[in-house]
Amino acid sequence: MTNHWIDLKNANVILAMGSNPASNHPISMKWIKRAQDKGAKLICVDPRFTQTAAKADLYAPLRSGTDLAFLGGMIKYILDNNLYFKEYVVDYTNASFLVNPDFKGPADLDGLFSGFNAETKKYDKATWSFQKDENGIALKDPTLENPNCVFQLLKKQYARYTPEKVVNITGTPMDKLMAVYKLFGATGKPDQAGTECYAMGWTQHTVGTQNIRAMTIIQVLLGNMGIAGGGINALRGEANVQGSTDQGLLFHILPGYNPVPNAAQVDLATYIKDNTPTTKEPKSVNWWGNRNKYITSYLKATYGAAGTKENDFGYSWMPKLDVGMNASWLTIFDKMYKGEFEGFFAWGQNPACSGANSNKTRQAMTKLKWLVNVNLFDNETGSFWRGPGMNPKDIQTEVFMLPCCSSMEKEGSISNSGRWAQWRYKAIEPIGHSLPDAEIINELFFKVKELYKKEGGAYSDPIMNLTWNYGEKDAAGKVKHVDIHSIAKEINGYWLEDVYDTKVDPPKLIGKKGDLVTSFPSLQADGTTSCGNWIYCNSYIQKDGKAVNMMQRRGKEDPTGLGLYPGWTWAWPVNRRIIYNRASVDQQGKPWDATRQLLKWNATKLAPTGKPGVWEGDIPDGPAPPMAEAGGKFPFIMKPDGVASIFGPGLVEGPFPEHYEALECPLEENAMSKQRINPTIKIFGDKIDVSYSCDARFPFVGTTYRVSEHWQTGCMTRHCSWLLEMQPQNFVEMSIELAKELKLTNGETVIVSSGRGEVKAVAMVSERFKPFKIMNSTVHQVGIPWHFGWQFPEDGSGYDSANLLTPNVGDANTMIPESKAFMVNVRKA
Amino acid sequence: MGVSRRDFLKLSGGTVLVASLGVNLNPAKAYAQDLRIKNAKQTTTVCPYCSVGCGIIVYQENGKIINTEGDPDHPINEGALCAKGSSVIQLVNNETRVPKPLYREPGATAWKQVEWDWALDRIARLVKDSRDKNFKTVKKAKVKEKQPDGTEIMVEKEFVVNRMDSIAHIGSAALDNEECYLLQKLVRSWGLVYVEHQARI
Repeated sequence: MTNHWIDLKNANVILAMGSNPASNHPISMKWIKRAQDKGAKLICVDPRFTQTAAKADLYAPLRSGTDLAFLGGMIKYILDNNLYFKEYVVDYTNASFLVNPDFKGPADLDGLFSGFNAETKKYDKATWSFQKDENGIALKDPTLENPNCVFQLLKKQYARYTPEKVVNITGTPMDKLMAVYKLFGATGKPDQAGTECYAMGWTQHTVGTQNIRAMTIIQVLLGNMGIAGGGINALRGEANVQGSTDQGLLFHILPGYNPVPNAAQVDLATYIKDNTPTTKEPKSVNWWGNRNKYITSYLKATYGAAGTKENDFGYSWMPKLDVGMNASWLTIFDKMYKGEFEGFFAWGQNPACSGANSNKTRQAMTKLKWLVNVNLFDNETGSFWRGPGMNPKDIQTEVFMLPCCSSMEKEGSISNSGRWAQWRYKAIEPIGHSLPDAEIINELFFKVKELYKKEGGAYSDPIMNLTWNYGEKDAAGKVKHVDIHSIAKEINGYWLEDVYDTKVDPPKLIGKKGDLVTSFPSLQADGTTSCGNWIYCNSYIQKDGKAVNMMQRRGKEDPTGLGLYPGWTWAWPVNRRIIYNRASVDQQGKPWDATRQLLKWNATKLAPTGKPGVWEGDIPDGPAPPMAEAGGKFPFIMKPDGVASIFGPGLVEGPFPEHYEALECPLEENAMSKQRINPTIKIFGDKIDVSYSCDARFPFVGTTYRVSEHWQTGCMTRHCSWLLEMQPQNFVEMSIELAKELKLTNGETVIVSSGRGEVKAVAMVSERFKPFKIMNSTVHQVGIPWHFGWQFPEDGSGYDSANLLTPNVGDANTMIPESKAFMVNVRKA
Repeated sequence: MGVSRRDFLKLSGGTVLVASLGVNLNPAKAYAQDLRIKNAKQTTTVCPYCSVGCGIIVYQENGKIINTEGDPDHPINEGALCAKGSSVIQLVNNETRVPKPLYREPGATAWKQVEWDWALDRIARLVKDSRDKNFKTVKKAKVKEKQPDGTEIMVEKEFVVNRMDSIAHIGSAALDNEECYLLQKLVRSWGLVYVEHQARI
């Protein structure tokens, strides 16, 4: 979330599209309803009339996989009706930037952008660039009239997204479509705030990233980014999926969003050069210009004294990817299916039910030599060898089930969607012989290290040089029990030397050896600071000589009245509650909306430096004065140009979002262009990787979703009897019209099938689904929750996972599987 | 008693603070006598399910959790919880929790219970064997190289990779920040690059 949960109360319009907060983030509705109590409107756009729709002021249905057509039409509506916030758009976005005249878009090239190579399915992005002056600064036209400026190119691309064409694609009734556009478009006024809540309903598509980009374009056109009650808010699905991502448990990022190095980055200097954006724009902060400090401090945290200037702080010990290598989820299971892995850790996760095309995932695991499953409960992953269709005697995999304990049996922090890192305390000792995950990690580290000490073996430097100072050690040097606070402090970072500011005379001590670093602007690139994760620097600080865990705070003051609660736990970065908050003020530092004053420049108040001028309100995105004053900076500090990217050449399939159909869809043609599917997606080629579009065997659109009573694959919630009693088994939701066509009655058992598998479910016939009118024909859609699995309840009465149906094809940028739009059939069991 | 449960906790909050806690029941003993949680020690936690981050108070007595309920002082949930948050006590008091490590031999049809040390020793052995056999310090790759005349040609070069491709790891968003950090540190020290978790799906 750019904003946070309580901030939903500050919105005038809340768009829940790609999410269902009433079911999946129930307590968030407290804040949405509080906004509604003050007159705000809730819009729900969803294929199904969800619990959120039931609370909405306006509901509009759309066929799964057509969000980009819907949003493209909204961009056109905003531009056609001059609803955009012109001052914001000109000052704080790249709308005025002039694009390379050789750039061509889908309006010119029938659905493609310039530079496409049909053979490699990749774009040469040479033309996706800006025209620059002799100083290397982008040329601009603040009147927004130049035909090559971003604003005009945007207009040109979305001129094709007429309401008639949009409803033909989405199946949304015209009056509902126009009502949504009108209501959300009205938030472009300076005193109006509109927010968007999305979740897997947007990410789990082959155009997932572009769904979010399209909405971001809308939000900056309307001046809704960086303001209270605005933003683009990912409602994350797991208690700490924000934190686990922040901590770099992904193939492509280290903690703090530093890229994983690749083989061509032969030394630290090359790595830093490759990953540090540059800008000639004097008013840009270009925060990633600090990459050298963050990666060096990370290496110091990782290798300690063994990492020296001479050995690049241990950079070479880090594992390196091949250039362009993708080691993401779908690739892992593809390689596993081909027998390319010996061992596999499934830690706190249940891929046998959560991975798309679960049959492939489950088959893949039979090819492993060994598998380690760490969980509270046994699940479909740990017990894959005794699952449906498996013959245990044929499966030669050695399997370990390691019982970890629950969050109430240990301590540590988790980060919610609003980036609040909150501390959880240990209430009791772990149940039975279960162990905290940290203890299991600790044991594995020392046991492997011990073997290397005793036996030697393949390149052990990365293991031997790893710092691991997390508590009292035994005679053999092993940490007996992990002190979680020592890890939290390592993540925050330390001064490793006494460091002086030599720019002043006499030099002033800015950091004392052994102290915790106060915040990331202090981090150094010369090895004099350590920091495991720079965005968490400031979470555990030194105050009056004592270490203070900011994540434990319980202060309830609310000085702005906006519900920022700056004294409650701690939010990254540096306790900033709303990101890009400098976009909430004009060039003079005056809030766009005085009734929602998130930040304000007080020109007369003295700063700690003694100079007049301070920001009041939230922690600002940097201390620089407002744009109009000397030294003023652009608000979008993470972007090299300092402004929001309406034209965004970073993504693989185009600098503007373009509608493409899902890999599996009911249409032979894309009504928007000749290009039916996203041209840049990777399609796996094995027999098991099938897909079927416009195939009579699978005539209905299918989608997956969740219910309040269960969580993800249900591994935790199916084992809780109260929850299982409320939602005991899998169901498939369908319209009354479809049930009639199929001669099915509410409550009878059916089989849902796709090209990849079948799953039993109870037919739930309801008005919540309605047939869609698409290009003059009727398209039916069904929905199925993905919380169930064969392993529990043990009698199989819950049936199995909906992911037996979903296709293992991913978004072109992130490789997140397309679980929200695929084709199925339904028949009597 | 003209005081709601919520007001009651508000009144008592912060008066006699136990080091780590926001609430304490001592000042309102008279009321608390009616409650089965009257002698319980409280700790706060945050719900382990969705990402709203609702506060929960956990009541412990004699090493057992006897009650959990929404934390009324928490600014996000203000004491409210959904069905899942209301049932977190069942994650602890649950007969289906796995009490000890389980092991399944190749070709076996059932689990058997094993000791932690044995299981961890065995896993460490498997990790090391796989690493020793498959660890690559360098890899050859074709890259563009600029020639003195300004043209580029493809040349094969050797690059340091220091990694192993024979073990994959996934997980987990269910872990605490500190554990996630520790876990990435561990698997990267072994040389793993096939490292993923829930954020990708």
